[in-house]
Amino acid sequence: MTNLFNYIDRPSPIHRLSGASKLVCLLLWSVAAMTSFYTPLLVALTVLALIFFRMAKLRLKDVSFTVGIMLVYVALNNVLIFLFSPDHGVELYGSRTVLLPLPGRYSLTAEQLFYHLNVILKNACTIPPVILFVCTTNPSEFAASLNRIGVSYRISYSVALALRYIPDIQREYHDISLAQQARGVEMSKKANLIHRLKAASTILIPLVLSSMERIETISNAMELRGFGKEKKRTWYASRPFTPADYGSMAFCAILLILSLALTAINGGRFFNPFR
Amino acid sequence: MEKETLISFRDFGFQYTAQAAPTLYHINLDIHRGEKVLIAGPSGCGKSTIAHCINGLIPASYPGKISGSLTVKGENAVKLGLFGLSKTIGTVLQDSDGQFIGLTVAEDIAFALENDCVARDEMHEIVKKTADLVDIRRVLGHAPHEISGGQKQRVSLAGVMVNQVDVLLFDEPLANLDPATGKQAIELIDEIQQRTGCAVVIIEHRLEDVLHRHVDRVVVMGDGRILYDGDPDTVLCSFLLQTSGIREPLYVTALKYAGVSPTPEMHPASLPQLVLTQAQKDQVKNWFFRQPSPVPGEDRPVILEAKAIDFSYEGGHHALKGIDVAIYKGEMLSIVGTNGAGKSTFSKVICGFEQPQSGSLTLNGEDLTALSIKERADKIGYVMQNPNQMISKTMIFDEVALGLRNRGVSEEEIRPRVEETLKICGLYPFRNWPISALSYGQKKRVTIASILVLRPEILILDEPTAGQDFRHYTEIMDFLRALNRQGVTIVLITHDMHLMLEYTPRAIVFHDGRVICDASAAQVLNSPEIVTQAHLKETSLYHLALLSGIESPEEFTRRFIARDQEVRK
Amino acid sequence: MKKFSVKSIVAIGIGAALFFVLGRFVSIPSPVPNTNISVQYGLLAFLAVVYGPVAGALIGFIGHTLIDFSFGWCIWWSWVIASAVFGLLMGLSAKVLKMDEAQIGKKGLIKFNLAQVVCHLISWMVVAPVLDVYMMGEPWDKLIAQGLTAGIANAVTTAIVGSLLCVAYAATKTKAGSLSKED
Repeated sequence: MTNLFNYIDRPSPIHRLSGASKLVCLLLWSVAAMTSFYTPLLVALTVLALIFFRMAKLRLKDVSFTVGIMLVYVALNNVLIFLFSPDHGVELYGSRTVLLPLPGRYSLTAEQLFYHLNVILKNACTIPPVILFVCTTNPSEFAASLNRIGVSYRISYSVALALRYIPDIQREYHDISLAQQARGVEMSKKANLIHRLKAASTILIPLVLSSMERIETISNAMELRGFGKEKKRTWYASRPFTPADYGSMAFCAILLILSLALTAINGGRFFNPFR
Repeated sequence: MEKETLISFRDFGFQYTAQAAPTLYHINLDIHRGEKVLIAGPSGCGKSTIAHCINGLIPASYPGKISGSLTVKGENAVKLGLFGLSKTIGTVLQDSDGQFIGLTVAEDIAFALENDCVARDEMHEIVKKTADLVDIRRVLGHAPHEISGGQKQRVSLAGVMVNQVDVLLFDEPLANLDPATGKQAIELIDEIQQRTGCAVVIIEHRLEDVLHRHVDRVVVMGDGRILYDGDPDTVLCSFLLQTSGIREPLYVTALKYAGVSPTPEMHPASLPQLVLTQAQKDQVKNWFFRQPSPVPGEDRPVILEAKAIDFSYEGGHHALKGIDVAIYKGEMLSIVGTNGAGKSTFSKVICGFEQPQSGSLTLNGEDLTALSIKERADKIGYVMQNPNQMISKTMIFDEVALGLRNRGVSEEEIRPRVEETLKICGLYPFRNWPISALSYGQKKRVTIASILVLRPEILILDEPTAGQDFRHYTEIMDFLRALNRQGVTIVLITHDMHLMLEYTPRAIVFHDGRVICDASAAQVLNSPEIVTQAHLKETSLYHLALLSGIESPEEFTRRFIARDQEVRK
Repeated sequence: MKKFSVKSIVAIGIGAALFFVLGRFVSIPSPVPNTNISVQYGLLAFLAVVYGPVAGALIGFIGHTLIDFSFGWCIWWSWVIASAVFGLLMGLSAKVLKMDEAQIGKKGLIKFNLAQVVCHLISWMVVAPVLDVYMMGEPWDKLIAQGLTAGIANAVTTAIVGSLLCVAYAATKTKAGSLSKED
């Protein structure tokens, strides 16, 4: 598990941006995409996201696994929405244009279809930036970036610690699990749910308790090397900002302003072609 | 010229808040610039507490009552505090995984600099320089699990050296290293000291291994007091080490058995400098001839047989390459080799945790490959290194009964079986105790009991004595030997040379996925090629035998072990 | 905000790592096909009781974000925040109800389980759907159905896994003082 977060090291303009500015961009972008339902904006964001994807020199096969899961998720989500609220679009847009009459409340309406398009677009413009961030940012830079955007360095460091000890804990989990299976602990489908959870606990208890013992060793090691001494700290993995960093952050800020402005001008979050 | 005193304990005492009696009494100890001091003693003697006082974890993390005074570079240690002390004293902890905090080697070395707000570019410069000093420049970008135990320790060392400390404090630096890497660690510490001129304090109970390089002073501790503080030669000539539960170097014990009383003039602390007169050499030789040769065990039937086992991990690492091993009924054997040599993978294959790509595995002639992990566990028991990783119940009885309950054995049958096992393991008097009230060694027994209760024919133990002092080591190993005499076949995965030599007549050596030697433990340790290849360490008995003009060092080792077992009984 | 001790920083880091490993790699098949039981909430409830509300919130937040990151897809902010809220509320209720994690008895376990059920309901039936309605504009009925399923599943796992962890942890705190050997 050397590459838990699918970081792909390739020379590209996106890779060269500092982790901190990418994080800022990701946050601005996500807020812009999440607050708005203005369809043309969502389309524009989706297209932009795909362009950046190209710029980062990512290939579809690098992320095929993720994209696969994502598609399944988006499909399931849409099916669920339709099952529970086949008339949600009608409520939102205030008109009803039946395209295909079906039994019960499940008649297919243009409003509902348009609403589903919006949901899909929303996923399409929020998911790629996350993939982009994860694939182009070295995990070593995560903590430094958080600190740079104003999160206290102590909390930022707990993120670094989580990343550092995930592989260790994973290996430990695996070893404990094998040893307990040898003693007859069974987690497969054969047993009932309660039994399975109890079985899981015979692995979790040693794992959690020995990890808690480790907390003391690690905090001693950190204090012995002066962690928490000063009000701030520097980061070995941080990178200085370049004009490209400022540029990309400004660009994403403009996107957010645009998104908010459109909502205000539109007089609501939903772009309504049926009015 | 008198050297500057860096650390000075004066009538120092300490009592942990949670404890009823003090851990340290009337300590008077000075550490001078450029000096190398070894602090030795059994577990619980207070040697780790001294280390915590020096680096400031006491009182910062472990509160308690301090009496007397401790000064570092003339200043009161308590006033300096943890951070003030970290400027003078660099601590390398025993747990190199716990100490490795950064995501990569470079970040970990830089950790102290980051906390000091050193600018980024300067930091990169210092990290490179320090990495060169301990020879890990090549792995700067590696994650902790991509480097070896020895390299991890170098990283820890570099991580404290960036502070330009005056004292390097090592807490049990040898505990997690294989013998050859341990030897290199001692050599590295020596070189660093000569290059930087700092003082070195080593806390360790493995005296012989530390004495591989020159030590200025040895401090022996027992029950919170300093029992000896002086040159290493003198202490080896006394009986202090035996009485305080520290193992003296094997060659010194051998000399004593032969009737040669070591004197400081003979330089017993350093094997290469050891001076023996002709008369003394003859004494050793005569002792050797007088000692009876141990009787070899009778032939036994094969219980487990592995043939042409081949195994690769998913990532492509070819871990086992055509392994042929036969294990005989009722024997006790060691499997040795470096980390990554394949010894752990082999034991996982035996237990069914991993499936080999080819080869056959039979138990009493019966094919094992079709059996599940659980089914195999009825015949082959596996005990993990750290008992805390196995224990999931709060009461001893329930922990031992777990395997039986999971197998649907009735409660009427469980009780007698568990009780019988507890009796074998000497845990019966504690049967109604919570496990948390037990010592580490007792917990180890509980985990062994929880496997034994399934009545396996073979017991595999991973590093059963790791991190244990001489007394606990003897306790655990004698218990395993007693089990073995009751008919359980025991396989030990270890890199403890003493263990292999003393308790297992036969040793299998793994190297790079192959078995490179299958012979008696004494034979293995007396063949220089195997020793170098498998990262083992020759025993000092080998050198003593050569020095005394004995032609068969291997036989000498064997006879010594037989004699030593009798004496220690 | 008050300064954290180094120990709580480490507890948050290790807690988040545990949360991550359990959430990402431990799969216990559930009765519903293609869904796995989230054992990590039992762990989170336990850690929040031991290390307090702020640590609980951050463990939930960081752990959940990292899980989403490692799948490489969108961060489901609404659910991430719901995880954080659950950790926070569990930590707070431990304080309010005066649960003593070092000596949890029958009474303590009842308190623990009452608290966890309420906290799960708030997190998955209120916090997550409200955020989803605002951020994704999804219909209420669907979100409530999802939240109810998640809330019940998580409450069941917490009742078993969390309670067992509490009992095991309390047992490590017992001292040998009152014990005597038997023949």
